[in-house]
Amino acid sequence: MAPLTVAIVGFGFSFGVLARSAGFGWPAAVLMSATTFAGSAQFAAASILGDGGTIAAAIGAALLLNARYGPIGVTVAPWLTGSALSRFVHAQLTVDESWAIAAEGDGRYDPKKIVGAGLLLYVCWVGGTAIGAISGERLGDPQALGLDAAFPALFLGLLVPIAKGRRRVQAALLGAAIALVLTPIAPPGVPIIAAGAACLLGIRR
Amino acid sequence: MSSIWTVVAVVGVGTMAIKGAGPLFLGGRPLPVGLTSVVDLLAPALLGALVVVQTFGDGQALVLDERVIGVAVAAIALWRKAPLLVVVVAAAAATALARAVL
Repeated sequence: MAPLTVAIVGFGFSFGVLARSAGFGWPAAVLMSATTFAGSAQFAAASILGDGGTIAAAIGAALLLNARYGPIGVTVAPWLTGSALSRFVHAQLTVDESWAIAAEGDGRYDPKKIVGAGLLLYVCWVGGTAIGAISGERLGDPQALGLDAAFPALFLGLLVPIAKGRRRVQAALLGAAIALVLTPIAPPGVPIIAAGAACLLGIRR
Repeated sequence: MSSIWTVVAVVGVGTMAIKGAGPLFLGGRPLPVGLTSVVDLLAPALLGALVVVQTFGDGQALVLDERVIGVAVAAIALWRKAPLLVVVVAAAAATALARAVL
């Protein structure tokens, strides 16, 4: 867990800094980490707004990225017991990392690990964001620091570990192609959402 | 400013609803296999799009600038199994250096 917590603090820190460069105030950056608690969607929303994309485009892309938490929530559902409120709250602590840590194989999940790992990651993520968003202002000109290259580097870093299997690689390449073709003709953010159509490759057997 | 708060609020509430829906309503029943295999491809498709748009996009134009150097350095760092934070910092540093030198 220790290397993971350091990584999540650093990841949260970079979200804080990049959100500031995209025009977020520090309270908005921290609140987003505290409520959304999902890195890729937060970076996507911040980068689309930073590029002058619309509210709808930023929301649409972020929620499509988080759509994977629908099926992930279903897989842990049998192991979360208690009242409806407690199940709902515990479900919020399910993120990619805590889900992976809690997996015991055969589709079984340890609810204690979901909550324990999830809480620890939550504190690291929100804390890292706060440090990054508050100190990021003093870093200087985002362009001179190359922060605009940090966004695509981060998305590439999120893509590589999940691009396993032919179907997912095809989806990533098709999504990239759709976005490139649409960028000159569609408003900012829209090419990203349209790229989501590449998931329809999953219908093919 | 208000557009940022709107996005923060809607994405926050929307994500909580998505995460909570399974444990709240479904109980132990699984999603249909067809739906799962489609949702499984959403993240790679969107991340692929984000990589190229953030690398080559400048408003509605496609440009080649110093960001490409940063992303190339990131790709090498990922290939060498560097941690995500190192990848991001290396990309920013390479682009900053290229801007300062070129």
